[in-house]
Amino acid sequence: MSEVNDKSVEKEESMLLQKQMIADHFKALSKAKENNKKVVYTFVPGNLNELIWALDMLPVHPEINALQSAMRKKSGGYILEAEKAGHSEDVCTYVKCDIGMMRRGNVGPTGDPLPEPDLLLLSYTGCFTFMKWFELLKEEYNCPVVMLHVPYQAEGKVTPQMRDYVVKQLKEVVIPKMEEISGNKLDLDRLGTFLESSGRAENDLVAVWESAKNKPSPIDAYFGGVYYIGPIFSAFRGLPEAEIYYQTLRREVEERVRLGLGPVTPDGVMKQEKYRLVVEGPPNWTSFREFWKMFYDEGAVVVGSTYTKVGGYYSEGFRHSGKYPLESLAEYCLGCYTNHNLSDRVGILEKYIKDYDADGFVINSIKSCNSFSAGQLMMLRELENRTGRAGGFIESDLVDPRYFSAANIKNRLESYFQMVEAKRGGRRAPESTL
Amino acid sequence: MSVKQIIDECERLFNDLDFSYVKEWKKRTGKKAVGFMPVYVPREVIHAAGMLPVGIMGGGADLEIIKGDAYFQSYICHIPRSTIELGVSGKLNVLDGMLFPAICDVIRNLSGMWQMLFKDKYVKYLDLPQNFDKTIGGEFYKFEMRTLAEDLAHLGGEPVTADHLNRSIQLYNDNRRAIADLYKLRAEQPHLVMTSEAYLLLRAGIVMDVEEHTQLVRRYLHDVTKEKRHKMDNIRVVVSGAFCEQPPLALIKGLEQSGCYIVEDDWVLGARYIEGDVQLAADPYESLAQAYLFHAVANASKYEDQHEKGAFLVDQVRRLKAEGVIFCAPSFCDPALLERPMLADALTREKIPYTSFNYSENTGQFSVFKEQTGTFADSIKLWGHS
Ligand code: SF4
Ligand code: SF4
Repeated sequence: MSEVNDKSVEKEESMLLQKQMIADHFKALSKAKENNKKVVYTFVPGNLNELIWALDMLPVHPEINALQSAMRKKSGGYILEAEKAGHSEDVCTYVKCDIGMMRRGNVGPTGDPLPEPDLLLLSYTGCFTFMKWFELLKEEYNCPVVMLHVPYQAEGKVTPQMRDYVVKQLKEVVIPKMEEISGNKLDLDRLGTFLESSGRAENDLVAVWESAKNKPSPIDAYFGGVYYIGPIFSAFRGLPEAEIYYQTLRREVEERVRLGLGPVTPDGVMKQEKYRLVVEGPPNWTSFREFWKMFYDEGAVVVGSTYTKVGGYYSEGFRHSGKYPLESLAEYCLGCYTNHNLSDRVGILEKYIKDYDADGFVINSIKSCNSFSAGQLMMLRELENRTGRAGGFIESDLVDPRYFSAANIKNRLESYFQMVEAKRGGRRAPESTL
Repeated sequence: MSVKQIIDECERLFNDLDFSYVKEWKKRTGKKAVGFMPVYVPREVIHAAGMLPVGIMGGGADLEIIKGDAYFQSYICHIPRSTIELGVSGKLNVLDGMLFPAICDVIRNLSGMWQMLFKDKYVKYLDLPQNFDKTIGGEFYKFEMRTLAEDLAHLGGEPVTADHLNRSIQLYNDNRRAIADLYKLRAEQPHLVMTSEAYLLLRAGIVMDVEEHTQLVRRYLHDVTKEKRHKMDNIRVVVSGAFCEQPPLALIKGLEQSGCYIVEDDWVLGARYIEGDVQLAADPYESLAQAYLFHAVANASKYEDQHEKGAFLVDQVRRLKAEGVIFCAPSFCDPALLERPMLADALTREKIPYTSFNYSENTGQFSVFKEQTGTFADSIKLWGHS
């Protein structure tokens, strides 16, 4: 049964804007060498986008290439390519997808070949595998690497020593290396301008997330959310384009709230919000639409998600700021979601469940990703205990199609929704119908 | 004590998942014990606080996992589930605290699970720097160590003064030398120092008092030279990838029986993490930091900013006249398995043969591995390559 109405989906202005931004960026990347632009490969969590722009370099994010490859059904072949070259079946498939893609000509999502990196900026935030990934790329490209080690928030806080350690690395290692490679000198005021712009875009993004407190929620904060984070988690944080995108998105979402509309799905606008959920963990990209459909067909809307905080956690008030540029970058890196300890992660989910009045939560445990997945079974129990809400646990992979079992996930979700119903036990009727 | 008695005693410690040695030590001294996970922690700081550092290397081959599997998905390595099993079954109650060094995301997240599961215990995630500049990573690491020392004092340990710490460094230097001698003798006369014995000696060292252990190793070294052991027609190999979750003892023995003399390895790596002595100094934290920054062995959990990947392994092979490498890593171990292709490439460039397999600490079937390494050994013997 479909819980969405059947009118065809019109592309909203924000979607068109994003599409154009991505196309322009990949165009710029394909011309990077002829325009003498230096290219920096870097990771989404803890990315130093503003710094990259302030030094007139161009960023590439390998995770985004990997997920785009998966959505275009190419990741399976890339992964096999890497496994043929000696990579283990057991390790993170993002890495293998990237290596396979590179070995097959490094063609980006728009069909243009990606330029080779002039620098690998190893922002080592929240994931150990990042280090191995760039060590591997260093071998492949034979190019310089600069490491930014971001300490883990093991005690649930950022100490001055942690912040100073990151700032010192920025000042004495990262920035000098980037200046050397780019041939440009960093202008702190210019960096500040980018950072201020980031802060404004972040304000709008947070307003979009918080709109999910409405009933019905005008957004799906996970399946729709991964589109909303596109610009700010990738190349555009700090740029005027990102500001315009988030202003537009916010306006659209506010309009949906005014009209009492639910989220837009690939099959149209959801007409009935039956379940409000919080989701922990990254999505599956190889069967993204099929996966999403399993939720919206049941009338399930995700009102809060943690995956959309891996590239920046803004829920507690942090915003980039030009007033203290390097400290602000350090705090940003330290605050990314997977850099929080497990207890804090449970706390974040608990808060989402309460603040967004969710019926329960689902953990999508990703085979590839130890950073997210190790400990999630305990998070499940802890969260059920703390909130009394139903927890669901499903397993898939990010970009390896071999680990997406649609029937299995669907079964589990069906049982899960029954459990939510049972827990509700008539506690409350569906809050709103359109 | 004969060699056999020494090794039997080590094996008893190795098999004792009730940690009776630690219990007795605590009773005898009235002091506390702090556990640590692989790979490396500065045990000197724990020792200087008057506590016993106890290495927890998982539950081994025989521990029945009753509750641990409910905490981890099937695609996560085995050591965290057996460690949780030890914890929730009360076997680690003897420990007053637990340290989780920064090695991978599994151990990192296990630290958070420990915080939630054992709220009355001291738990610290020890963030080891990946920046190797004295004034940056070094300062950060010194702060981490000082925090650890303060925490331990708070936990009921002794204040870690410079004198105490220097004395502990001295004792661990003695221990490092004894272990280095053990490895040297094994490399020179591998028929004499069996790897299974060297391994058990190392395992004993992560549980025992450091002075006692140094004496034990020294006694072994003295006595083993008197043993009559026959030389075999084995090939000389380096084992790489087993730095965290440990292979079962039977697997180690199986490698030897398949025709390989293991002349270098990376299991129980924490005991040999620092090469050479740590300097005694007015600021011993500085010495420990420098040892970590500049004299640590290359391994998958540490960022390589200076040398080419694999140079360390190639150097080991050349220096010890090894004829090949056995990559032997735990299943689902991202650090070891992502490192492996880079190391393998380095070996290929140098025309050094290798073979690879994955294990789990509770692997029960060894015939496949034995056959594989046996074939590897035969091919090297016959043709000089695999
Ligand atoms: S382990 Fe997880 S966070 Fe790390 S690179 Fe892989 S998917 Fe990303
Ligand atoms: S075996 Fe590997 S993945 Fe598992 S805890 Fe140890 S280092 Fe981490």
